[in-house]
Amino acid sequence: MEIVLVGLNHRSAPVEVRERVSFTADQARQAAEELRLQGIFHESLVLSTCNRSEVYGVPPETSRESAAALSDYLSRFHAVEPEHLSASLYRHCDRHAVRHLFRVASGLDSMVLGEAEILGQVREAYRVAHESGATGPILNRMFQGALEVGKRVRHETELGTRPMSVASAGVKLAERIFGKLGQRTALVLGAGTISEQVVSHLRDRNIAHLYVMNRSRDRAEQLAREFSGKVIGWDDWDNALALPDVIVSSISTEEPPIKSAMLAKAMAARGNRPLLVMDLGLPRNVEAAAADLYNLYLYNIDDLTQIVEQNRDARESEIPRAEAIVEEHVEKFLTWQASVELIGMVEVLRGKLKEERAAFVRERVQRLPHLSSEQRAQMEALMDELLEKLLLEPARRLQGEKDLRRKIQNAEAIRDLFLPGRERP
Amino acid sequence: MERELACGDSGAGLYFLEGIQAPQLSAARAAWGGPMNHLFFLLTVTAYLCSFGCYLASLLSGREWSGRVATVLLGVGLVAHYYALLERSRGLNTVPYHDLSGSMSLFGWLLALTYLSLEVFHRQRSVGALVLPFVLAFFLFANATTPDHNTTVPARGVAFALHVTLSILAYAAFGLSCVLSVIYLAQQRLLQKHRAGGILWRLPPLELLDRMSQSSVFVGLIAITAGTALGFLWVDRLTGELWHYDPKYVVTLLVLAAYVIYLRLARNPSWRGSRASRLCIFNFAIVIFSFTVVNLFLSHSHRYF
Repeated sequence: MEIVLVGLNHRSAPVEVRERVSFTADQARQAAEELRLQGIFHESLVLSTCNRSEVYGVPPETSRESAAALSDYLSRFHAVEPEHLSASLYRHCDRHAVRHLFRVASGLDSMVLGEAEILGQVREAYRVAHESGATGPILNRMFQGALEVGKRVRHETELGTRPMSVASAGVKLAERIFGKLGQRTALVLGAGTISEQVVSHLRDRNIAHLYVMNRSRDRAEQLAREFSGKVIGWDDWDNALALPDVIVSSISTEEPPIKSAMLAKAMAARGNRPLLVMDLGLPRNVEAAAADLYNLYLYNIDDLTQIVEQNRDARESEIPRAEAIVEEHVEKFLTWQASVELIGMVEVLRGKLKEERAAFVRERVQRLPHLSSEQRAQMEALMDELLEKLLLEPARRLQGEKDLRRKIQNAEAIRDLFLPGRERP
Repeated sequence: MERELACGDSGAGLYFLEGIQAPQLSAARAAWGGPMNHLFFLLTVTAYLCSFGCYLASLLSGREWSGRVATVLLGVGLVAHYYALLERSRGLNTVPYHDLSGSMSLFGWLLALTYLSLEVFHRQRSVGALVLPFVLAFFLFANATTPDHNTTVPARGVAFALHVTLSILAYAAFGLSCVLSVIYLAQQRLLQKHRAGGILWRLPPLELLDRMSQSSVFVGLIAITAGTALGFLWVDRLTGELWHYDPKYVVTLLVLAAYVIYLRLARNPSWRGSRASRLCIFNFAIVIFSFTVVNLFLSHSHRYF
């Protein structure tokens, strides 16, 4: 029994290739179905995110060419030249395929180490495939294991706990000051890309009120529409600064437009309630002296970048712990897989011995014409009983073997000695 | 009369001890230091230590299950500590606040109880690692000092027991608010200096720390108000006079006023945040002054509470 994985990700392929080989949910369902119908896989699952497209499958026992067949299928499905695609694809089998999936679910293989979204994407891909009947016992077990590993890594290590982008670091800081942001107000000054990222994170945290202020009113209205915010006129600084608990500023300017005195006035107007100012502009948008104001927390782009760097180091130091959890679950899966294979192998062995017995009886009975049909049936039953007895103890020992390596060695020995024509599982 | 007021002999949960007659006293005292007492001592220390370890692990690693185990262990520690206090009282035939060691132990128990209540109310565990060492220290110190075996005292009634227990509860709550204020100031400093290091991401948010501190002071204020009122009532019943001058009364009223001012200023625009936290720490310095200098050198009717 094999597990095959063919795919590409942000390391193996540039974005131009990744975007051509990505799957929508419907395409993923369709591909999984076709792979089974074409006999390439018994079970199949497509995992497609913005950074990776991977196909997992369990091929028929005799198929040794499934990885190549899958590569061809991907070329045809996405209409990409095989030679163009081939260089970007990676192929893993069995243990390596399982380990790869578990690392993916843990965030160890992500572009942003430990990112949280991937676990949800794995869960969704599994749900889609499972509902369409594309998965079977092997992939079900494998993906359930992957979800378990992902959860454990997130609970037991710090791989995913600290913010890894300037935008998320800023929002996390806001949570350090205010707690939940559901009752808070944010003001976005300037409507650039980085502001948009911060606003997106703030919206994810259910910020109550969002105001946008920009030189170009059209752009401000566009951003406000996108994130259900309100626009404040460019000249209405006094009102604008007194309203929010969080200010995100990324205005292109020569001189800092937000003076310390303006913020002092705003703080007085808001009763000195804490205020977090994220100055993401370059040159800076906020006068540095504002950092001395009571209950005001001022962070510029360098401060936030420094936090991200520290967090990256902290996350990287957690990799060995996360890898150990992954390895533990890979062994667990392989043990389960080996036990399933043994059950199948014993069944095949039993069938083969019965065939041998039938042929043996047929041949010998011709030399014993005095045997009645009852006596012949009795003899066959006795021989069957003997075979069962002979098989029972070795089967039990195989099943009960705790050491995975030894278990696999024993299974291989049985296969080589009694079932020489059978493919390696 | 003043000497008569010096030691209490009955507590809210230990009031049954008044029923023990003189011939039973020697037997009861012999029980102090017995196997049950050692068992509850060991259980309490083990539970508090393990709880501290789990709170610390939760704070350092962010593991949620570790925090949950810490809370359960703290609950176990509180129950064991209660029985340790009960066994001690049975053995000595007196209430915990009869002597210094008992008062310390009761203070530790009430501190842990107040903290656990706040943790459940605010659903915030990350402060546990910073409170448990104090609980443990009070319990161990109480058990390291020799209890007073010699003084026998007459019964004083429920009003007196509640007066003392509520006063110690108030001090425990004020102590907790002081710890929370220190954490607030430390975290605020880290945030203002842009040192957003490891532990910062798991401490409670500043605003929550502020609310927890105010909740704790609120509990303390209710307890000290009720406790002081019961104290006056008890003196009135005993002497027929409501006001019996003792420097402790003055300092207690000062503590009460200081914390009322803190609660008021904590919502004031000019004071909210770090200034209010500093005031909270300063107020606890007055509590310590009341606990030490006033009790030991100035008061005639208060010793260990």
